[in-house]
Amino acid sequence: MNKNPKIALVGNPNCGKTSLFNALTGLRQKTGNFPGVTVDRKIGVTRLDKTTDVDIVDLPGTYSLYPKSLDEQVVLDILANPASKDYPDVVIMVADASNLKRNLLLFSQVSDLGFHTILALNMVDVAEAHGLTIDVDRLSERLGVPVVLINAKSEEGLNNLKFAIKGELMEHSELPKPVLRLDTVSKEFIQEIKSQFKVANDYLAMLMAGQIEKLRFLTSENRSLLGDINRRHSFQHVDFQTQETVNRYKVLGAIADESIRHKNGQPQETFTQKLDKILLHPIWGYASFFAILFLIFQSIFSLAEYPMDWIDSGMASLNEWLKSTLPEGLLTSLLTDGLVAGIGGVVVFIPQIAFLFTFISLLEESGYMARVMVLMDKLMRKVGLNGRSVVPLISSVACAVPAIMGSRTIQSWKDRLITIMVTPLMSCSARLPIFTIMIGLVIPEKTILGIFNLQGLALMLLYLLGFVSALLSAWVMKKVLKVRERSFFVMEMPVFQLPRVDHVIMAVWNAVKAFVMEAGKVIVAISIILWVLASYGPGDSMERAEQQILQENPAKSPEELGNEIASAQLETSYAGRFGHFIEPVIRPLGYDWKIGIALLTSFAAREVFVGTMSTIYSLGGDDDTDTVKNKMRTEINPETGGPRFTPAVAFSLLIFYVFAMMCMSTLAATYRETKSWFYPAVQFTYMTAIAYAAAWITFQSLS
Amino acid sequence: MAARNLSQLKLGEKGIIAGFHDSNLALKLLEMGCLPGTEIQLTAIAPLGDPICLQVGGYTLSLRLDEAAVVELQ
Repeated sequence: MNKNPKIALVGNPNCGKTSLFNALTGLRQKTGNFPGVTVDRKIGVTRLDKTTDVDIVDLPGTYSLYPKSLDEQVVLDILANPASKDYPDVVIMVADASNLKRNLLLFSQVSDLGFHTILALNMVDVAEAHGLTIDVDRLSERLGVPVVLINAKSEEGLNNLKFAIKGELMEHSELPKPVLRLDTVSKEFIQEIKSQFKVANDYLAMLMAGQIEKLRFLTSENRSLLGDINRRHSFQHVDFQTQETVNRYKVLGAIADESIRHKNGQPQETFTQKLDKILLHPIWGYASFFAILFLIFQSIFSLAEYPMDWIDSGMASLNEWLKSTLPEGLLTSLLTDGLVAGIGGVVVFIPQIAFLFTFISLLEESGYMARVMVLMDKLMRKVGLNGRSVVPLISSVACAVPAIMGSRTIQSWKDRLITIMVTPLMSCSARLPIFTIMIGLVIPEKTILGIFNLQGLALMLLYLLGFVSALLSAWVMKKVLKVRERSFFVMEMPVFQLPRVDHVIMAVWNAVKAFVMEAGKVIVAISIILWVLASYGPGDSMERAEQQILQENPAKSPEELGNEIASAQLETSYAGRFGHFIEPVIRPLGYDWKIGIALLTSFAAREVFVGTMSTIYSLGGDDDTDTVKNKMRTEINPETGGPRFTPAVAFSLLIFYVFAMMCMSTLAATYRETKSWFYPAVQFTYMTAIAYAAAWITFQSLS
Repeated sequence: MAARNLSQLKLGEKGIIAGFHDSNLALKLLEMGCLPGTEIQLTAIAPLGDPICLQVGGYTLSLRLDEAAVVELQ
């Protein structure tokens, strides 16, 4: 087992904590979840000297140990629970030097818990630009802990920091003295909790008394016992916490005043303030926001097309090569028609996902995302969402799974729940191939008004339809959910800064890796299952289908009848029977049993739809090298004798996929975030109902 | 003069925080450095008039108008 000492990074949001984490651990880091919650747990290793490695855990940013959101609760959970596997030996408190007093609040709470604490002062350059100089020795002396100046972005001061960690890990290193005297409550009260729960630290005892509901390691007996003690001592936790915060600031304000020197002169208007004047301007604010959105969509659809084409043709030639070199047989068919086709369907999305996450992480790193939240808060609130919902909604254009996880920053449960419920209505990248193929079938490729590509316009309308329906559904849910919970917005606006290239690359790499791993597993599994279901039928039905075709056409050789045989075999296979079984349900939407098979398989993940269509039409079709689109275009509807994919059918399918909740991973994410099967069930039901109704209306009115 | 609250500041105007009349929100705002006696300045208003951005204790804080209304000014 890994016995490295544990170091926790703690700090306010936007203090540069994650930059420091990356600087300390480099590529020796991995991301997982904290036990029981889906908050990202980033852990990495750093080398102090030849013999000592330490584990570094990056805890979520928080302003205090009184959590308002799930992310923040993780910090309290770990620091208040010596039994936690992440309980640190040393805490590095990363503080924004330009905002020292506020950052010291959390520092003092952590050091009062009795941790070996190091204060790492970051953003000293910003502080100096504000006309502040900090007396490090005085600060260290007054706080009783080592203070290290660092620059997380340029990686300065890391050796001093490592030296300080080594010092704190030595056996005889001193613990800091409490910053705050707990004199607003009686000694007996603290003593009773300490002896009942065998707790050594006074402030920890007070945290337990004040955070009964938020501390997840407490059992229900613990909770009722704590509640009893609180009642007997008539302890009011909000009053205590307010008083504590004010008292802490009194002590810390004095310390900060002693250690900070202000340069003379009026502070200049900072770059951030100047930029905010434009970005939050009534006209220029929205204009720049839409310009940025437009740029993102343009590059996703135009730039990503080239690498996507290379991947597409690369996978096709790989498939061809495999088919020509490997001996013909079951295994080859499974490998090429099943596996490679399935994997190709995943890999082709990588450019789009990479582009999207590049932009999203640029927006986040630069500090612009916070401005978008301010711009959109009022609109979002009208439909029951929150300014913070904008980020999940925008990220959902790539994939709903990280988007739903991104909703954790929303503190109000109601706002967060509605955001989670409507996020999958935003058209994600998995719908893109379906949209592309269907639009290609029915909308002519021509330019209108000189610049607008008609197909591109249709695509944008579909995205818009998804967005509008997300807002409408949110509004309905706001009316249905009768929770009168106060929703908060209170948010720090980070200083604008240039994004660091390696952070963006890291974010994109992680997103792509997660997409390939998560979606890849599902698609590969479905591809194999589908291949099996479409290649086998009950009993000897497959052989009988072949015999029947041969008997009906005695003049032709089996080679000439290959297509007819394959079609008949597909119809009698397990997959074909499935398709026929659900045909009555989907007939009103204009679909036949072949589309039915694709609908069924795409219940797991939408992107499977196109792969299934291609598998079905290549198993039952004429020419293996033809594109899916051409196969679909030439497919004949036996009842009418006309093309299978009439505009009515194609539009009906398009509309169906705008609304349908067809993605297991999203449902799983909703389950994880809401901790109940009720919400994913509701999500699935309402979205499928809208999809069915809308597709029915579309088909009936167009045909 | 009747006591004013933070939501009544005009763009660019400064005020001194006196207190709060919502104990739950007060705790959050205190943590964010909005202490009684601190100077606070309205620096930007979102295009639809809400939320607003304020300069307090060396950084920019964004609040909705109804949250700002909780903060009393001297």
